[in-house]
Amino acid sequence: MSSALLYALAGVGLFTLGLYALIVHAHLLRKILAINVMGSGVFLVLVALGGRTAGAAPDPVPHAMVITGIVVAISATALALVLVLRVQAATGRAELPEEPLE
Amino acid sequence: MSAAGRSMHLPAFRWGLLLLLLTVAGGLGYALLTLQDQAVGLSEQVSANMATSGVQNPVTAVLINFRGYDTLLEMAVLLVALLGVWSLGSAEVHRRIDPQPVLSLLVGGLAPLMILMAGYLLWVGANAPGGAFQAGSVLAAAGILLLLSSKRFPVRLMGWPLRIGLLLGLGTFTAVGMSLLFVSGGFLQYPSSLAGALILFIEAAATLSIGVTLAALFLGGRPQAGPYR
Repeated sequence: MSSALLYALAGVGLFTLGLYALIVHAHLLRKILAINVMGSGVFLVLVALGGRTAGAAPDPVPHAMVITGIVVAISATALALVLVLRVQAATGRAELPEEPLE
Repeated sequence: MSAAGRSMHLPAFRWGLLLLLLTVAGGLGYALLTLQDQAVGLSEQVSANMATSGVQNPVTAVLINFRGYDTLLEMAVLLVALLGVWSLGSAEVHRRIDPQPVLSLLVGGLAPLMILMAGYLLWVGANAPGGAFQAGSVLAAAGILLLLSSKRFPVRLMGWPLRIGLLLGLGTFTAVGMSLLFVSGGFLQYPSSLAGALILFIEAAATLSIGVTLAALFLGGRPQAGPYR
């Protein structure tokens, strides 16, 4: 097993871990953190698969895509955090209501 | 607790969740294991065109030159996220907190160094790991530290100067891309003699905008100080 594959499988592990946390935690901050962990897993897979170049310099295209992805993830996280604050201000809880609001 | 909340603790839910996660992990893992051991991807095409890219760092070449359109749209995503945050409410620039003296002292020493480091990262991005995003993040970190400390941002910077800083990256990127439409006949098609200088120019503007945008995102709302007070 090559080290690139090992890193990529670790990325899948991170993704699954994040997916688990996303499903079981109701608190929205935990959900945001879970989505970030899932994203880190995806980035790890991308960077790892870009390294399968037999000793040559790694493929720069996935690296550039990951840089792009990190910035988008940061923006989305910031927007999500502000939305959580608004949900908490409106309902008093940082959780989505189980029943639809009237 | 409601019915949906209780259902999380049912054994059926637990087993179903385990099955779902195992399926996802197994499927993704299997997909990875069936990939080829070696794959050059696009690295050969990138290295074949490095001479015309204007920079020596392949990641920077891909980001600003070969796939510049992606990066342009990404700057737009940053800006749209900030507009979303701003549309949800306003935030005070100067919080009523009492920062510890250690933090204030540390920030006073660190902020100039971080700005210097951002400049270095921007410059070194042409031929080594670095570039606009790394430099912008360091710049944003300096801004956030300043926001957290007792060092006050001048209120007059929160109006137009802030907005110009936010738009500078996307504006410069678009303006250069559009002018190249007339000069070389393609959007963001750099002539190889000018590519290095144009990339540095775009990256410098993008660094400033990324730094300002990320620090403004940290505020969590439209800054209250300034023309809107």
